[in-house]
Amino acid sequence: MVAATENGMILNGLRQSRARRAHLWLGLLLLGSCLASLAIGASGTSLWQGVWRALSGAEISQMERVILWDIRAPRTGLGLLVGAGLAVSGTVMQGLFRNPLADPGIVGVSSGAAFGAVSAIVLGGLLPVGIATVFGQYLVPVAACLGSWAAVSLLYVVATRGGQTSVATMLLAGIALGALAAAGMGLLIYMADDQQLRDITFWQLGSLGGASWAKLGAVAPLLILSVAAALGLGRALNALSLGEATALHLGIPVQRIKRLAVLTVAVATGAAVAMTGVIGFIGIVVPHLLRLATGPDHGPLLINAALLGAALLLWADVIARVVIGPAELPIGIVTALIGAPVFLWILLRSRGVMGL
Amino acid sequence: MMRGRFTRRGALLGLTAAVIGLGAGLRAEAAAEAASDSERIVTLGGTATEIVYALGAGARLVARDTTSNYPPEALSLPDVGYVRALSAEGVLSMAPDLILAEEGAGPPEVVALLRAADVDYIELPEGFSRDMTVKRIEMVGAVLGREAEAEALAGEVLATLDAAAEAAKAQAGDAPKRVLFVLSAQGGRIMAGGDETAAKAVIELAGGVNAVSGFSGYKPLTDEAVSLARPDVILMMDRGGDHDMAAKELLALPAFQPTPAAESGAVIRMDGLRLLGFGPRVGAAVRDLNHALYGG
Repeated sequence: MVAATENGMILNGLRQSRARRAHLWLGLLLLGSCLASLAIGASGTSLWQGVWRALSGAEISQMERVILWDIRAPRTGLGLLVGAGLAVSGTVMQGLFRNPLADPGIVGVSSGAAFGAVSAIVLGGLLPVGIATVFGQYLVPVAACLGSWAAVSLLYVVATRGGQTSVATMLLAGIALGALAAAGMGLLIYMADDQQLRDITFWQLGSLGGASWAKLGAVAPLLILSVAAALGLGRALNALSLGEATALHLGIPVQRIKRLAVLTVAVATGAAVAMTGVIGFIGIVVPHLLRLATGPDHGPLLINAALLGAALLLWADVIARVVIGPAELPIGIVTALIGAPVFLWILLRSRGVMGL
Repeated sequence: MMRGRFTRRGALLGLTAAVIGLGAGLRAEAAAEAASDSERIVTLGGTATEIVYALGAGARLVARDTTSNYPPEALSLPDVGYVRALSAEGVLSMAPDLILAEEGAGPPEVVALLRAADVDYIELPEGFSRDMTVKRIEMVGAVLGREAEAEALAGEVLATLDAAAEAAKAQAGDAPKRVLFVLSAQGGRIMAGGDETAAKAVIELAGGVNAVSGFSGYKPLTDEAVSLARPDVILMMDRGGDHDMAAKELLALPAFQPTPAAESGAVIRMDGLRLLGFGPRVGAAVRDLNHALYGG
């Protein structure tokens, strides 16, 4: 008995230190990914040459400046924030629902956000003048956040009974939500004019292609705030994994934490979807890989998820932009090609454990 | 992408856009002179590509978009992707000194980046009429420094087009045929061309009337609306290979069964770019469509 506890503690200690060490390695990986994202592109413009010339005060051509500063740099920033936002959203949702299959893309939260964004594009012009002025360029991201917030809340209400979430109910409710959002989008697409239609198709494919400093500026505060808020949820999510009653006895303000968790997921997913469209599987693949490697403690897990999610999305984007150059692949295709098989593998591994 | 309509910010944006537009206009004027010796051209849009080849400047092209499938030589050029889903760095990676784009190339963020780069960006206006056809040819001619060739080509296109339209009008008389342009019939759902479309314009030039109206652009129709439209002829794009539904299969769809088109088995297929591009081949396309409708 004593030996077993000691073993457990040693294992725990090992995993903990491994999770901590992972911060460093994943941080380095992310740094490398950022550099790769800045350095690799269809045009073969060299980052090093550009930086060297800029530093040494030499002439840098307009073309180089546009490619490095206006095309690649905001794209890297957007990929970094969106990747971190999606991975952290997935981790928080899995903790909140106490269920490994919760992911914004799979259970309809991204669809809700996309529906919000599309509504804002098509119907934004109908808003009373005052409202549109208040939101300005934030209208689409805010509408997307509202859409994802409604989806997460609805999902939680439908799938949770007496503090327990049923996996099957959650997945089925997610399918229903996705179908509802798709129907709503279909309706709006019918109403949209040609120009709006072009804006909308982008949301369904997912791409970092349209990144600009203005876009990055519009969502960076939302994504940074929500990711930061989520990183503080580690201890509470650990307690919640023991059940709501136990968490309450451990002194966790369960209701407030749940509301905060839903809000962070909604804002992070909404802001991400508003800028890059629906990009799937980051939110499920990243936390799972990390749990396998470094254990389930949410504290380090959330930080690692943010780092790995950002790195993974940056690499997916690098692949998307060079693989069929000079044309570009929608990034949703790349993440799905990587993510869907991993998702199936997780299902196979845990079959029977979750009562599916 | 952000819709800032009716807002102060929107007004400011609009003003900025107007200033930039003005600047771009001036730049385009300057570019018309500067770019006449451009040797690395990227075309975005099938009609733009076609005009460049028709003016004998095809050798100066270094890349084209996915919709540029004519002339066949164009297919051997690198493809920078679908004209509405371009990649900024992808296009710039071809190191162009001139980008000839059709209006509607996008997404808008990418076009903004291309305009910001040190490349002449010329936009050909959209428009499904004889005047716009000539205008596009003249614009490309001016940009390439081939004004004489452009004038000759425009004259030739106009002569063919006017002759075809004249003949068509005479043939149609008081009982023009009702033509339904079907963009796709995937899964039995009929997507048809309404008002303000290239399809409607070309149908009318060829002496027909568009069988449906009251909506703009290409929209899915209910089966009943298709039946009520009573088209005499179904017009479709010829995409070649397995994309095409057999005429028999198409007319067997419930929507078409009560229509005159199904009775006579009248399905016309034409190459999409030739039929709808309003480029150098528009005159021939109108003539052929007219012959197909009324018998040549």
